[in-house]
Amino acid sequence: MPGYISIRNLQKYYGHYHALRGIDLEIARGEVVCVVGPSGSGKSTLIRCINRLEDFSTESAIHVDSVPVLPGANLAKVRAEVGMVFQSFNLFPHLTVRQNIMLAPRRVRGTSKTAAAAQADQLLARVGLASQAEKYPSGLSGGQQQRVAIARALAMEPQVLLFDEPTSALDPEMVGEVLDVMRDLAQTGVTMVVVTHEMGFARQVADRVIFMDGGEVIESAPPAEFFSAPRETRTRNFLHAVLDH
Amino acid sequence: MDLFETFFNLEVLARSFPMLLKGLWLTLELGAASILAGLVLGLALCMMRLYAVSPVRILTRIYIDVFRSIPLLVLLIIVYYALPFIGVRLSPFVSAMTALTMVSGAYTAEIFRSGIEAIPKGQFEAAAALGLGHRQTMVDVILPQSIRMVIPPLTNNSINVVKDTALASVVAMPDLLKQATQAQALAANPSPLIGAAAIYLAFLLPLVLLVSRLERRLSRGKA
Repeated sequence: MPGYISIRNLQKYYGHYHALRGIDLEIARGEVVCVVGPSGSGKSTLIRCINRLEDFSTESAIHVDSVPVLPGANLAKVRAEVGMVFQSFNLFPHLTVRQNIMLAPRRVRGTSKTAAAAQADQLLARVGLASQAEKYPSGLSGGQQQRVAIARALAMEPQVLLFDEPTSALDPEMVGEVLDVMRDLAQTGVTMVVVTHEMGFARQVADRVIFMDGGEVIESAPPAEFFSAPRETRTRNFLHAVLDH
Repeated sequence: MDLFETFFNLEVLARSFPMLLKGLWLTLELGAASILAGLVLGLALCMMRLYAVSPVRILTRIYIDVFRSIPLLVLLIIVYYALPFIGVRLSPFVSAMTALTMVSGAYTAEIFRSGIEAIPKGQFEAAAALGLGHRQTMVDVILPQSIRMVIPPLTNNSINVVKDTALASVVAMPDLLKQATQAQALAANPSPLIGAAAIYLAFLLPLVLLVSRLERRLSRGKA
């Protein structure tokens, strides 16, 4: 049975560089998947293909909720259902925190100003930033900015949330507050695909951990199995390098 | 006749002042109209240069490069003296405004482009990931950030346009410079020219200073 997110034979080239080498992946509705692997393994490219921030070749197919992720009129619809949180936050610096969250519901969904503002304040309370609504992003710490970015993605009430190394640009003391928000989200039944280097998070929160290397999925297993009994040598070497010291 | 009486003849200046004011009014009208039309043209050119289908993009690029290279005076003479041969007869004001707008639009397009290209890729991606369309991304996310950055170069360009309006005197438009040269001929004294220079300075010098201040503030904001 095809998954809620269905990825078939995903091929991606940067010029002559073969970045993704035929990835097949089915992700169920409500599943929390963590994607791990060395830098340059194609993890970020993979999730950026899901909402087509990266183009991919025509022999490949990605479906989200049975809708093909193709350029054109459908793409904005898919993107409205698929939220994304970036490594570098990418908040809109000319808008206040509240306006950042209100923008997409207002423009894409046509939500009224009052409703969007109420929703924004509710989401800010949920990520622990109720008092920061009037500030501009530049007045917030990295951890706070990333929590606003999560609230902004949630405002579209997405079925899927993609996280592209959400804590990699943060000072170490701020990683926890962002992971806590993500841990709460994982309980809500939203489908999550998380590219991360946080092995503790993957172990505790993921339903499934995927290990990528060289543009391929090498191993895919529930975290208990993945961390205690990895089948592949490359997985073992990677885990050895990131965990044992 | 000493230097003071020749160039700073207060009596001649006072007599020519009403003429100069009339010219100033026309100069400002021409400048403002050309600046505004140039902004609209420039934004449209910039969007085509960046986002249109490839043949349009190439044509736009050629337009921009040609009109940044052609001397304004040459263009003005073509518009005013050559176009009548193919049946297009424009008034001095419209000729001057057309030439100024075509050139200002080319420069403005490049200024907008630099402003848009200076916005980090992540801003476009965040907007796209939220489901915003191209137009919404431009209007709500990219342009508001670009405009802050391009205000100093746009002001600079506006100063140039106002200065270039003086070329319109060549096509017999009674702008500030034309009025000054006529007053000079009438009085057989160059003081009206000095008066015109003083008026140009009074209007443009504050703008020049404003640009420097804006640039300083922007570079401080970045640091």
